[in-house]
Amino acid sequence: MTALTIVAKFWQEYTKNTPKKLKIIDAYLLYVFLTGVIEFVYCCLVGTFPFNSFLSGFISSVSCFVLGVCLRLQVNPQNKNQFHGISPERGFADFIFAHIILHIVVMNFIG
Amino acid sequence: MLPNKTSVINTRKDMFPDKKSTSKQMKTSTLTNAAGLNSLITFTVLLLAWISGFASRLFAVIRFESIIHEFDPWFNYRATAYMVQHGFYNFLNWFDERAWYPLGRIVGGTVYPGLMITSGSIHYILHSLNIPVHIRDICVFLAPIFSGLTAISTYLLTKEIWSAGAGLFAACFIAIVPGYISRSVAGSYDNEGIAIFALQITYYLWVKSVKTGSIFWASMTALSYFYMVSAWGGYVFIINLIPLHVFALLIMNRFSNRLFTSYTTFYILGLLLSMQIPFVGFQPIRTSEHMAAGGVFGLLIFVATLRHLRTVLTKSEMKYFGGVVAVIAAILLLILICLTYAGIVAPWSGRFYSLWDTGYAKIHIPIIASVSEHQPTTWFSFFFDLHILVTTFPVGLWYCIKRINDERVFVILYAISAVYFAGVMVRLMLTLTPVVCMLAGIAFSDLLELFFKEEDSERDRSNNGSEEESEEERERSPGRALYDKAGKLRRMRHERPRGNGDGLGVNLRNGVVIGAFVLMMMFTLHCTWITSNAYSSPSIVLASYSNDGGRAILDDFREAYYWLAQNTPIDARIMSWWDYGYQIAGMANRTTLVDNNTWNNSHIALVGKAMSSNESAAYEIMTSLDVDYVLVIFGGMIGYSGDDVNKFLWMVRIAEGEHPQDIRESDYFTERGEFRVDSEGSPTLLNSLMYKLSYYRFGEVKIDYRSPSGYDRTRNAEIGNKNFQLTYLEEAYTTEHWLVRIYRVKKPNEFNRPSIPISKRIVARNANSYVSKKTPRRKKGYIKGRPTIIKGQKPQRKPT
Repeated sequence: MTALTIVAKFWQEYTKNTPKKLKIIDAYLLYVFLTGVIEFVYCCLVGTFPFNSFLSGFISSVSCFVLGVCLRLQVNPQNKNQFHGISPERGFADFIFAHIILHIVVMNFIG
Repeated sequence: MLPNKTSVINTRKDMFPDKKSTSKQMKTSTLTNAAGLNSLITFTVLLLAWISGFASRLFAVIRFESIIHEFDPWFNYRATAYMVQHGFYNFLNWFDERAWYPLGRIVGGTVYPGLMITSGSIHYILHSLNIPVHIRDICVFLAPIFSGLTAISTYLLTKEIWSAGAGLFAACFIAIVPGYISRSVAGSYDNEGIAIFALQITYYLWVKSVKTGSIFWASMTALSYFYMVSAWGGYVFIINLIPLHVFALLIMNRFSNRLFTSYTTFYILGLLLSMQIPFVGFQPIRTSEHMAAGGVFGLLIFVATLRHLRTVLTKSEMKYFGGVVAVIAAILLLILICLTYAGIVAPWSGRFYSLWDTGYAKIHIPIIASVSEHQPTTWFSFFFDLHILVTTFPVGLWYCIKRINDERVFVILYAISAVYFAGVMVRLMLTLTPVVCMLAGIAFSDLLELFFKEEDSERDRSNNGSEEESEEERERSPGRALYDKAGKLRRMRHERPRGNGDGLGVNLRNGVVIGAFVLMMMFTLHCTWITSNAYSSPSIVLASYSNDGGRAILDDFREAYYWLAQNTPIDARIMSWWDYGYQIAGMANRTTLVDNNTWNNSHIALVGKAMSSNESAAYEIMTSLDVDYVLVIFGGMIGYSGDDVNKFLWMVRIAEGEHPQDIRESDYFTERGEFRVDSEGSPTLLNSLMYKLSYYRFGEVKIDYRSPSGYDRTRNAEIGNKNFQLTYLEEAYTTEHWLVRIYRVKKPNEFNRPSIPISKRIVARNANSYVSKKTPRRKKGYIKGRPTIIKGQKPQRKPT
């Protein structure tokens, strides 16, 4: 068995079993993840001179990713029994709330 | 005000039986609205806890006046006043050139601004409502007000962990427990006053977010963590305890998606928010203290990924991936270790080393060891600060371990780590106090619940069996008898013997309940007594009690600072030991060399060297530092033990740390290794600047008839070096009780002039000139209205 076959199988199951909402979130996660990677590579190449700007950029992409994952966990119907009283709408509202805090702070920190 | 306060405490204590009995009534009757009554009781108890907590912190204001206490609060007050006057942005950019002369201090970047912002915004709100309160009064009463908020947040936290009843107990305990009052009496305007509230509310929100798994609560946790970071350096406790909780849950195999949601959200937002405080800066990603949180964050994501993969992949596939991931994790760990060694990630700071190794500070950093609140805690002070709670809190801890769940793991870790830290440093007793209150609340609530609940069923059996018992019951809760109808009575009577045989007897139950109440009553008395006697002294105003109970106020400190403010030039530089730096800056508004923000050890060592060397060597140091006045605290006249001579050995030690070739601690002891100020003391000590400044002209003083002149009442010794003169300094001011002595440093042209014998001190003057003794002017031959006129020149006054 090789890694390729596993990945292929994984992809098949993923496309088959995942609801559309979760796919949107996953696309968003992938985008944020790639942004974070690009930022990290850039800082490795160019240097971290305005350290606060780099940090705020990088941490904001990490936290977007983390918040996205949290939202995905809450929205996922498989996890319904773990999150009592948190409907997908409530989860999305919380997500927005956290993002407001996050981006206000990032604005302040980016300098 | 005083009688009012005691009555408040009494009502609060009396309320417990009421509360219990009413809740019983509530259970038995369906007529009352249960929820409404519950919230009414909760509201009343919390309100009374707030009021009594506030009132018992007012001893200092009643006995003395509304002033700021001690040392650090004076700086906080000064900074707050500056912020209110100049605005927030100027405060952040404030460079204080009056401290640490000639270095100055960047206040905005070296201070936790939460306290100033809190009181400043209260001031702003009150003023925009046209309530003109002076900022000093807000500062004085801030800590008592926040103690009420602490009580409420403790209630909420305990309610989340155990039950509402335990929460009420915990709130009442924390409102009056001496361990917390010690840092939050009125006038003690310090970071800890608001930080304990921030700590408790952060923990409450954290537990709440772990319970629900909601992003909202986790963000709120991050926000209150931000407040905590802005308020106190103790935020490190939070950022290590919460990851520890998560880690413990992971080890106990209690991982859940709720935990993942709450921790990741909290950590990433908290990290970003904590870096907004200028004093904290980039520390959260650079120092080892914060690394645990990051490590747990990574670990949690790792575990979550694995679990997610396990749901989608088969077992053999998992093995394949698991190997890859394990290798990556090991590499990351190695990189972190390498970074630490390479110095990119800063190692732990000295204060934290002294947490692990209690002997560390004593050997390496005398300035940390010299502060009395950094000493290890004694058993006595555990009892002193917590009283019965220290014995009951293990019970609560045991209950939590017995019925464990996610959030009780948290409180257990909290308790254990806080006990350890409180044992290491007296100061960290403060972090122990809230958790002790919570666990003792749990213990008491469980105890009373047990003994009241069984009473219900048991009482049905034994009720009316014996007249005494039922009477006693009726006395304690008159309302309850109404609900026991006669119908039950028939059935109970023949079961009575069996009821007495097994289970707990009514007497025993009553005994236990009464015993618990007596304990709590004693606790209240103890708290009030401790608060009034030990923790309500402002320490800048001293009170002494004479034999007939009369009270004398010794206001020497303020007298001296006021003298400085009035009689010295505005830019005069005052040298004193660092303890008094903040007070001089706050009250006298003069430039100081060192102060309680002990950021520059070598500067302090220089001052210590000046104090501990002889007069001429000290003069060199003082001229190099541009010192104009020297201030020493001397308690030998009135027997005040916290004076500079008693602190002197620390000055020597700190000076020795930086200047080992000039100052040696052993020189200041006698041959037998004693530190004594009488004639047997070491000559180095008797000629040191500190000794001379403390005892200058003290040899002439005879305090009472039995003791010899120059008798030091603090050290109970007759001083060894009397009748000396000062060459380089002169006495400028000594306060009423000699508590503060101020000396002026002479300018180079004021001393060491060539000395001429008195017989030769003749001023040469013309023999024929007549000097009138009547005119005050120093002029010769001056006649009023007849100036000497020289042709071609304007009339001119000739000096001498």
